Amino acid sequence: MAWLELSDVAITLGARDVVGGVSAEVGEGELIVLVGPNGAGKTTLVRAIAGLVAPRTGTIRVLGHDPLRAPRRVIARELAYLPQRYELAFPFAVEEVVLLGRYAQQRGLGLASDEDLAAARRAMAACDVAHLAARRFDELSGGEARRVIVAQALCQGARCLLLDEPTAGLDPAHARAIFAMLRAQCDAGAAAIVVTHDLDLALRHGGSMWLVAGGRLVARGSPAQVLATAETRAAFDLPIHVGTLPSGEPFAVPA
Amino acid sequence: MSGFLSGTAGRLTGRRLVGALAICAGVTAVIAALAPLVGVVADRAGWHLAVMDPGAAAVGSPDHAVLWVRIPRVAASLVVGAALAGAGCALQALLHNPLAEPFTLGISSGASLAAVLAIRLGIEGAFGTAGIGGAALIGAAGTLLVVWRLARIGKHLPPATLVLAGVTMSMFCSSASMLIQSTSDFTDMSHMMLWMIGGMETVRLVTVGYAALPIGLGLTVLVVYARELNALAAGTDVAASLGVAVGRTQSVIFGTASLLVGAAIAVCGPIGFIGLVVPHALRMLLGPDHRLLLPASMLGGAAVLTLCDTLARTVVPLHHLPTGAVTAVLGVPCFVAILVGQKQRAVLWGHG
Repeated sequence: MAWLELSDVAITLGARDVVGGVSAEVGEGELIVLVGPNGAGKTTLVRAIAGLVAPRTGTIRVLGHDPLRAPRRVIARELAYLPQRYELAFPFAVEEVVLLGRYAQQRGLGLASDEDLAAARRAMAACDVAHLAARRFDELSGGEARRVIVAQALCQGARCLLLDEPTAGLDPAHARAIFAMLRAQCDAGAAAIVVTHDLDLALRHGGSMWLVAGGRLVARGSPAQVLATAETRAAFDLPIHVGTLPSGEPFAVPA
Repeated sequence: MSGFLSGTAGRLTGRRLVGALAICAGVTAVIAALAPLVGVVADRAGWHLAVMDPGAAAVGSPDHAVLWVRIPRVAASLVVGAALAGAGCALQALLHNPLAEPFTLGISSGASLAAVLAIRLGIEGAFGTAGIGGAALIGAAGTLLVVWRLARIGKHLPPATLVLAGVTMSMFCSSASMLIQSTSDFTDMSHMMLWMIGGMETVRLVTVGYAALPIGLGLTVLVVYARELNALAAGTDVAASLGVAVGRTQSVIFGTASLLVGAAIAVCGPIGFIGLVVPHALRMLLGPDHRLLLPASMLGGAAVLTLCDTLARTVVPLHHLPTGAVTAVLGVPCFVAILVGQKQRAVLWGHG
């Protein structure tokens, strides 16, 4: 069974058709990189999968649940969503922010159990923010804050990850580490859809690539194949050069 | 103690929660126990401040009657202070707005308008003082419904529309109150003025008793939703993804906070600044986790309003100052001090 299923999904925001005719499936272990130019409808599409926007037509299923109608707690146990923008109204400490990810697993007062603390520690270590645990979230740099909220999403313990630009604002080493970590999560049985503008990282770490342009899923396949298509060149208005480094690793740059 | 009270102590543990709340409850209990014993008395030396012997509680003691004049005021201050600070803390979290308090959302103005109307229509003659309190409660509930309907988009209550709807309703109700006042006779007008300043002088113990039950229930509901308020600090999308039923949570918290304010206003008229200053000050001291901050604000609000009311009846001998004016006069400088310090503002609200 596919974990995430989209069938003929169309989304209208206000009077504007933002997404149309998207059908796709994501199964266990898959790491999908979702690419496309600004305003292509990537964020709207992942928001709809998270159950935050209602599709005009079509159906979305998250492990069999309709994300719009199922109780939020049920969806949260299966799917973690990292939004493109994240603002925290109060000066929580980093560890508290990561522990907010445990909401759906907790009852009553929700004081952190040993299990919650272990999950938070693992997530913070995976995102290289363990040393920031006691720092105030609002005093972090942009990239550090981004890594903390990726850790929050991981800490949720959900099988499906839906991450909208998790590496925006990250230095190259940390951006690469986040993608390597996501690859490891998927190899261990998770499934992820990752929106990114970093085509090089998408090529190196993505299992398959979805190209969205004008609200439609215009190309799908291995990242190397998709980046070479005429659709990609048309969507970005640039040819993308895919090559191989002396070490044998692939790379992608706008030509 | 610094471990319990430090705003940067990090994760909330059971020990820190119990310890910090025990300190807050202890301080509040001491203030509540001492407040009725303090008062202005007359003897050969003239009018001066005196602390009564706790033995006055015994029936037959000469001070017994005096004590029982003060006890309803103290009881009212405790209940109303807890309601206003609890509601203010919850509304700041719900609206992501440091200036949110019971008065921002128009609830207080709506209650005042209904009370002014009740005085004008002579309700007091028919139902006694309770009639005005009842009218205030109805006014608060009515305003709550209008603001909620105006602000609601789909299932959600976006903070920006909620503040906008609240401020609009607040201005409308204040202006309508002023129109009614300006066309009233002198007796009604002074009665309205007194009511709108807010005070504990005429509060009866039975009124406090009636208000205590709904206020207690409301405060319990807010504490139950403390974890949801924490998650909402990251915005509605994140809260929903974490598993919070956002629409229901927003409606329950907004409705509960508004009714708490309505009940508090019904007891003693509008009392300002408790709902604004107390949660801010405690957030600096205890950190932003609502599982601790909400109950601590309730205890803190009870303590601060009791202190203010004790000052109101003792600072100027023979003149009982209106409690609402004392809280505002003391609260405004506190709040200005908080706002002026850029560094402190960053501590309060994240970004400087």
